[in-house]
Amino acid sequence: MNIRVKLSALRETRWHEYLIRFVLGGLATVGTGAIASLFGPETGGLFLAFPAIFCASATLVEKHERERKEEAGLLGTRRGKEAAALDAAGAALGSIGLLTFGAAIWLLAHQSSWLALLVASAVWFLTSVLLWSIRRWIWA
Amino acid sequence: MTEYVIRFFIGGFAVSTFALLADVFRPKSFAGLFSAAPSIALATLAIAFWKDGPAYAALEGRSMMIGSLALCLYSIAVCQLMKRYEFSALVATVASLIVWTSAALGGKWLLLG
Repeated sequence: MNIRVKLSALRETRWHEYLIRFVLGGLATVGTGAIASLFGPETGGLFLAFPAIFCASATLVEKHERERKEEAGLLGTRRGKEAAALDAAGAALGSIGLLTFGAAIWLLAHQSSWLALLVASAVWFLTSVLLWSIRRWIWA
Repeated sequence: MTEYVIRFFIGGFAVSTFALLADVFRPKSFAGLFSAAPSIALATLAIAFWKDGPAYAALEGRSMMIGSLALCLYSIAVCQLMKRYEFSALVATVASLIVWTSAALGGKWLLLG
């Protein structure tokens, strides 16, 4: 299955669901900053990979997939769970990419802040896509 | 106080942007990569570089590697709870937080003391 963009999927998300993600993301970032201030950067750094909005995202994936099946007159409960489980499997690969992001920041922070953030983001994306491609190739 | 307001808006924007990408990409396993995007990390580290300097950001980056391994275990736990035991997404994601917390704090204690 090829990677594709499905813009119509944006219509499935309601405005309050976007708002929930924004608020959760904002609160998670504030919380991470507060933890780092209280317990230092070594503990605060752990929370840069905290699954703060994972709960909301997975619940939305499950709900949207279930609703899509139910609109077609089918029972969508199982399909919803499968879609959310697939999303979690993708996140497991993405988390290895996140590890390389942290490593790049650790190694490049003293060079230049913008360079470190830029290289780390590129490394995260390339590692995640590479791992996803390998997994797809093995299971194809 | 102003710093926390800035954090809130930058973090909210970063998380929403990656969540939007996760919504539009298919297949779902590929979109899931964006569920583990460095959204909170980008917002927090940009502020850390600006406010606390590169040494502070480097320490956060090093600890983030342990947090990422914990996130990997967490994601596998969520996936298994939904596929094998048919838990709902809400129950699986909340119950698995114990996996993330144990792995992150245990990993930090083992590797960094």
